[in-house]
Amino acid sequence: MSLIPQLLFTGLGIGAIYALVALGFVLLIRAASVVNFAQGEFSMLGAYAMVILSGALGIPYLIALPIAVVLMAGFGVLFAGATYWPLRHRGQMPVIISTIGASIFLANTVLALYGPSPEVLPGLFDTPGFEVGGVFMDSQYLAIMVTATVMVALQFLIFEKTLLGKKLQATSQDKEMASLLGIPVALMILITFAYSAALGGLAGILVAPVLFVSVGMGAIISLKAFAANIIGGFGNIPGAILGGLSLGVVETFGAAYISVPYKDALAFGLLLLFLLVRPQGLFGEKIAEKA
Amino acid sequence: MSSTATLAAAPSVIQARTWRGLPALAAALVGVLALSTLVPEQGYTLNIVMQAATYSVAVAGLVVVLGYCGQISLAQAAFFGLGGYGVALGTVDYGLPFFAALAAGVALATVFGVALGLASLRLGGHYLAMVTISFQQILTLVLNNWIGLTHGPDGVKGIARPSVPGLHLDRGDHYLALCLVALVCVTWYIWRLKTTRLGRAMQAVRDNEIAASTCGIDIFTTKVLAFGISALLGGLGGGLFAGAFAYISPDQFGFGESIVLLTMALLGGVQSPFGALLGTGLLVILPEWLRFLRQVYLAVYGAAVILIMVFLPDGLWGLTHRLRRPASVITGAVTPLPLLGQRGIETADIAMRIEGLAKHFGGLKALDGVDMAVRRGTVHALIGPNGSGKTTFINVVTGLYRPTAGRIAIAGQDVTGTAAHERTRRGLARTFQNIRVFRGMTVLENVMVGAERPGNDIAEQPALVVERALAALDFVGLRQDANRMVGTLSYGTQRYVEIARALAGNPQVLLLDEPAAGLNLTEKQELGALLRRLKGHGLTILIVDHDMNLVEQVADHITVLNFGRRIADGGPRDVLSHPDVIAAYLGEPRQDAAA
Repeated sequence: MSLIPQLLFTGLGIGAIYALVALGFVLLIRAASVVNFAQGEFSMLGAYAMVILSGALGIPYLIALPIAVVLMAGFGVLFAGATYWPLRHRGQMPVIISTIGASIFLANTVLALYGPSPEVLPGLFDTPGFEVGGVFMDSQYLAIMVTATVMVALQFLIFEKTLLGKKLQATSQDKEMASLLGIPVALMILITFAYSAALGGLAGILVAPVLFVSVGMGAIISLKAFAANIIGGFGNIPGAILGGLSLGVVETFGAAYISVPYKDALAFGLLLLFLLVRPQGLFGEKIAEKA
Repeated sequence: MSSTATLAAAPSVIQARTWRGLPALAAALVGVLALSTLVPEQGYTLNIVMQAATYSVAVAGLVVVLGYCGQISLAQAAFFGLGGYGVALGTVDYGLPFFAALAAGVALATVFGVALGLASLRLGGHYLAMVTISFQQILTLVLNNWIGLTHGPDGVKGIARPSVPGLHLDRGDHYLALCLVALVCVTWYIWRLKTTRLGRAMQAVRDNEIAASTCGIDIFTTKVLAFGISALLGGLGGGLFAGAFAYISPDQFGFGESIVLLTMALLGGVQSPFGALLGTGLLVILPEWLRFLRQVYLAVYGAAVILIMVFLPDGLWGLTHRLRRPASVITGAVTPLPLLGQRGIETADIAMRIEGLAKHFGGLKALDGVDMAVRRGTVHALIGPNGSGKTTFINVVTGLYRPTAGRIAIAGQDVTGTAAHERTRRGLARTFQNIRVFRGMTVLENVMVGAERPGNDIAEQPALVVERALAALDFVGLRQDANRMVGTLSYGTQRYVEIARALAGNPQVLLLDEPAAGLNLTEKQELGALLRRLKGHGLTILIVDHDMNLVEQVADHITVLNFGRRIADGGPRDVLSHPDVIAAYLGEPRQDAAA
């Protein structure tokens, strides 16, 4: 088996997850100027919802999956109501702090209910995968990559080709102007929260067979999504996707060639490096303050 | 308003400042020493109080960085850990005496705190929060995995306490007294810090970075100092903690603990060190009482953070503010505002010269080679239709935007490449079209920040700063509101606070960016009168406005911009009858009408 293409495959698979979560993260930044530190908890909750639905309740996987995603969308609205809505006129910092609080609250509530031992969630396919030219194509990684590609394409279509997408874009660019044009800004922001949570939940469900479902997964995924954003350029959608993919690849190679316990430190190191050397990221930042 | 008041003592607030709180410090020190004798030599009560005291020192650090300076730091437990490991490894592995190890740990924490603060040169808000989280996580990984240095997850045992002959600091109650003395000193320092120049600079940075920089505050240095002080206190708390419990392990300094420290600060009230004490005390003692919550205490903390942000943004200590008496009026006469150039003005002297100034945003040429010379002692007006580049001009001149080309000189010195605060030091002051006051501070404090402009004659003398600020408030007629929070004033009044803030700095050139915007007719008339008074004092003013009536009343010289270019320049009568100016404002005349 050739190591380098194999690592590349794995890296892109895990990177696709980071990209999906980063996508939800970036949408919230753009729509509501919310830097959501609980983004990874959406993934953790999505995975646990799936554990309940398909594990405890015995609902078939392909039926349970959309239910879990819809539940997560609903949760996104609740989340907005608790952490964003009451603080929306008080600037960015109170909202940031309250999403940090939400992240701690969600992780530890699930910890109290399920305990620290990870849950196992089966993958989408029964076959573990197949080999192509010396590279083992893990079926779950393939599912992740295909889903991520489909979601990105779908989002592009919605944003560029539909009226709803235009309204969402208008809201993210200038809330005041959008509201003067009769766009229900509050509704658009709620939709963004719902979509962001659903996307995060989906990513969590997809990654669960690879990472195991655990309480700690949220914090790790949050940080990776944030890092992906910084690498790609804060608030930049293509940047988030590319940042997620490159982070996945760098991390996988780092774990193979440098050190496994410091795998996460590598991501943080990369994050710090980008923040200090090129804070606008690969694609440049979208947000600037006007004097 | 107070010029007729008796020349009794100077305002009481001035005398009260210098030695304020020292008796309270002494009393508190005696109090805690007495208190520590009541605590048993060892056991449960001792441990609880010891934990609360050492945590409080670290939480006081958060008051500085988060409360005063408005920067989120999610790594306070990491600094706590650096201090703790400094003492632990220093005393156990390297055989250092306790205080040497403590100094090493505190120094280590401070160095890393300053390093994180340096990251703020390029990053604000959420970025910085993320950098602190990353630092926190990396430290946790290192503490767990670099076993050769840190003993790994097992932690460090047998940490020594200080041995000072005669003091028996190895005894529990005596060591507690040491911690309490440190805590009282820290609390006193943080409390006093808020009313010092540095403290006001931090709060100005927190409330409005752009306005802070145009008041001459070096935002970057201020943030680095806030991070440094915060990390130092984190390290000090951690070092004392290690000595208190003789054993530490990495899980005591994880991200979760950073959140616990943050919750303590937020619950008590992040604006005051007393809030920090209150919050820490409650959150150390409450979990002991609510033992059944052991399993879910972090979940409760998380929920508490949200609830505090929503319902108790100023924390428990903030509630006490509502009980206090309403803002008092400061009485007493002060020396009137000394405005530069009051006498013997050489009107030919150029206060500010701008040559070929250009600013391009991508393909848009917001400014395209503008020249201007503002003569000393004159009121120079910059007018032009909407979108002609007036505000861009002011922003480039004050250093908020970098020019694409051109030169700017203040009093003959080139300042083209310098930062905003550096230009303020050279004597530039400005107000903003969209008012930028420091909302978390009182009117007086806002104006004091202006008086503390580096380069101002009295900037280094606290008592004179208060006096100068009061004089500026007298000048604009806001003395009676000096102790009110600036956010409680009307829009028009806040504009006067901005003007007073600029005047208190005794500027060479005052830039007023659309001062009449958003004012009603009466307020506009008052503003006109104020500007005429300033003009009478000979202050050099560059005013940007739409209001022709106002401009005609005060201007000695007018420059007109349109589409980023200068289309007219000269005396008011010539400029306002200039055909290009009329065309720009009223549209082109018909071709045949010209003949």
